Amino acid sequence: MSTKINASMSLAKPDSQAISKTQKIAVALGVVGLFIMALALFNVEFPNKTLFLSLSLGLITIGTIVFSNDAYLNKQAGIKNDGVWFKSITSMGLWGWVLGIVLTLFYIVLYFKAEWFGLAADGGANGGLVALFDPLSRLLNGGPASQWFVYGTLYTVAILIFGYKFMLKYRHNRYEQLRTISVMFFQLAFAFLIPEFMARLNSETFSLPYYDLKNIWPLNYYNFDKYRVDSMIEAGDIGLAFLIFGIVSIFVISPILTYKYGKRWYCSWVCGCGGLAETAGDPFRHLSDKTQFAWKVERWVVHSVVVFVTLMTTAVIYSYLGHDSSKYWLTKDIFLLGVAGLLTLVFALVMIFKRKELAKDAKYGAIGYFVIIMVLIGMHYFSGTKDVFLVNTNFLKSSYGFLIGAIFSGVIGVGFYPIFGNRVWCRFGCPMAAVLGFQQRLFSRFRITTNGGQCISCGNCSTYCEMGIDVRAYAQKGENIVRSSCVGCGICSAVCPRGVLKLENDSMKGRINSNDILLGNDVDLMDLVNQK
Amino acid sequence: MEHIVIIGNGISGVTAARHIRKLSDKKISIISAETEHFFSRTALMYIYMGHMKYEHTKPYEDSFWKKNRIELKFAYVTAIDTTTKTLQLDNNEALNYDKLIISTGSKSNKFGWKGQDLKGVIGLYSKQDLDQLEAIAPNKEVCKRAVVVGGGLIGIELAEMLHTRHIPVTFLVREDNFWDGILPIGEAQMINRHIISHGIDLRLKSNLKEITADENGHADGIVIEETGEKISCNLVGLTAGVSPNIDMIKRSAVETDRGILVNRYLETNIEDVYAIGDCAQQREPIGNRKPIEAVWYTGRMMGETVAQTICGNRMPYNPGHWFNSAKFFDIEYQTYGWVFPTPKEGHAHFHWKHDDDLKCITIEYYLESNLFLGINIFGIRMRHEVFDRWLTEKRTTDYVIKHLKEANFEPEFYKTFEMEILRAYSEQFKMV
Repeated sequence: MSTKINASMSLAKPDSQAISKTQKIAVALGVVGLFIMALALFNVEFPNKTLFLSLSLGLITIGTIVFSNDAYLNKQAGIKNDGVWFKSITSMGLWGWVLGIVLTLFYIVLYFKAEWFGLAADGGANGGLVALFDPLSRLLNGGPASQWFVYGTLYTVAILIFGYKFMLKYRHNRYEQLRTISVMFFQLAFAFLIPEFMARLNSETFSLPYYDLKNIWPLNYYNFDKYRVDSMIEAGDIGLAFLIFGIVSIFVISPILTYKYGKRWYCSWVCGCGGLAETAGDPFRHLSDKTQFAWKVERWVVHSVVVFVTLMTTAVIYSYLGHDSSKYWLTKDIFLLGVAGLLTLVFALVMIFKRKELAKDAKYGAIGYFVIIMVLIGMHYFSGTKDVFLVNTNFLKSSYGFLIGAIFSGVIGVGFYPIFGNRVWCRFGCPMAAVLGFQQRLFSRFRITTNGGQCISCGNCSTYCEMGIDVRAYAQKGENIVRSSCVGCGICSAVCPRGVLKLENDSMKGRINSNDILLGNDVDLMDLVNQK
Repeated sequence: MEHIVIIGNGISGVTAARHIRKLSDKKISIISAETEHFFSRTALMYIYMGHMKYEHTKPYEDSFWKKNRIELKFAYVTAIDTTTKTLQLDNNEALNYDKLIISTGSKSNKFGWKGQDLKGVIGLYSKQDLDQLEAIAPNKEVCKRAVVVGGGLIGIELAEMLHTRHIPVTFLVREDNFWDGILPIGEAQMINRHIISHGIDLRLKSNLKEITADENGHADGIVIEETGEKISCNLVGLTAGVSPNIDMIKRSAVETDRGILVNRYLETNIEDVYAIGDCAQQREPIGNRKPIEAVWYTGRMMGETVAQTICGNRMPYNPGHWFNSAKFFDIEYQTYGWVFPTPKEGHAHFHWKHDDDLKCITIEYYLESNLFLGINIFGIRMRHEVFDRWLTEKRTTDYVIKHLKEANFEPEFYKTFEMEILRAYSEQFKMV
């Protein structure tokens, strides 16, 4: 199925896309709020920054609330996708491109030229947009704002206000409501407030790195960098607890939760990237590419990122460990052996127990990558150079940070929402999603169940799948959907006009049922065709 | 190599082709003059509503057909010669077949109303109908009012479609209540209210008398039979059901009645010619099913069956328990087994309706034995597989009501209504 865009069939564009008077006023309020920020960006000195920052964020918030109320509360609860493909902003029209370009530029400046936002040079005072956020920053963490504080605040505000909009849009759907409350909470508390308060506790003698506790490696690829680990160890019991929590969440907490609920527990209930995608990004979910080709690209790219982040993290940790086991038990050698051992164990278990469930290419990919890692580690052992895997570790780290951390997750991931859909990062780039997806595919009770023979192949589910899964291809065969990329957002089930799809946690047995013929037929025919 | 030719690229024809390909290496050609590729007819409404583009309604990527060696011909069959096994196409091409599957689908019913062929009068079945609708009613400025004639599944869809573009809709329903030839009265009346709540001008017990025209031969209004009221409009949607699309077949040796007559093996009177889907008419009706079933999944099932027969495993079409589904604006509807608008002799109904006027169920059962016969469900999703099993196991209604939870298919965290339904049932029957 191609998602090629055709011009609307009508000469006069259908008018359902027109917005009401109230909505126009709401847009105006929001634009005024944004304009205050634009003025700050151009170094307009506001007499009272607290007032103007409040005004700016307040107007944006009120504008969005008024707009949402008018858009949804005047209508009966139900699916609200009318005119999605007619509106310029949601169908890759002019406004979509404008928004995409503005967001992309924002990210480029944020990551590479933060001084243009007014970030202070060493020791100086902030100017421009960053200075506008100083009062809020001082209130929360006691210090002046940084570009990351500005970004964090805007990010949180976006999740909250568009979360509100999303909740009105799906006010008939309790799954969507609870899920949205959850991402709003985790963003506000875990990603925004708690780290800021933690920063307030830092002193000369006690210091913890910025730590969003729900941000787990490998999404949080820098979690085990030397400065962070050192600082956590130096911070005593609390720091050590954080460090241990970071490791436990990778190896214990997330596998258990993923087994019980699928990766949705993280990707669409907790994660900040997912949070933004599900709220501010929701109007663009249908733009994801559903072709088989895109799926192929997805599998190669996202798993390459997993390999990359594993190599990079191993290299980074390896680089600061010592050789002498009498000083500290964890030496370079023991660490490398540990990594190799763990990978081998995972690989062996998958090959022994789940070989049949893997599609051919996934198996080849796993074998190929596994061999590469083993060869690289082996080469290190026998060459004995200073660098790991024959490459300089700092180079590995900075390339990962630049390519994946900045370009992929930020510039492409969010900047391109209006062009490629809202989950480009989660689908093609996020190593965390890939690791959880691997578990979900092979070892989880989660699946999307299809309802017998009720599917009419209409395609709403596939169209609105933000991960680009061709849900219909399964539903029309009466087959459960067990896909590693599914983040469990529940929208396929919501938009289905025939009640065919249901997200469920059930037993592992019979989870993957491949049917050629659906319920409704003569029982003998079903048995005949499906028995293979 | 045997050449299988299929006329029509709807769900039945395409399913037949796919299954023949799975089972054999035969040469397969599909001919259609509607669209180049298979699309989901049921999704036409969502294109007009802006939920999807035409591209999204195609269940298979365009490369699928070549990969599976299914040849697609974008042409119209003008004649079938069953003695020479030849098809005449409108591009003057002739095509030979070894076996022919006719799956030409339906066309909209017209009952000889005056003005039914005017410009601005459409049905809603084909991609061409949708293109016409888009041209006639792109927005509320061009189309100031629309009249939809016929209170069935397509009529209510057309009303909903037009409503999304803010075009005022008058909805003429011949019956006392919406679709009450199928739905029990409690349900039909609930849907009446739901239609009205969406701002549709619903006219019950109203027949179309005629469609009037302006000087350009374009429909400009309608007259209601009962009241003589004139309603001016720019679009008239005729949605009083569909019937087999077999005008061309009638000129051939293939025997037809309202549809193409087939036996249980989906064979026509001519050897090597089969008919499936909407256009097929069973010589002997199967159970309570109508001889012609214009339903998505029956088309699919006939395709699956005929593929077996053509590939050497002659098999009767043997549908299981009746089921279906639809959506009326915001209310989803599912049905499993048989529920008649009024209980058949010896049967009774149990009806429960939620206070929000958006959810209800009706169960039909044998009065004497309490045997469960079928259920209509509005606004709640239930499991096909469970009801199918209960019908096979011949469960009682008491059992069904007590175990209703097993059939729940609602999204997680949704409020459930099994207890409320059980309470209502117990009160009505003084069950302990």
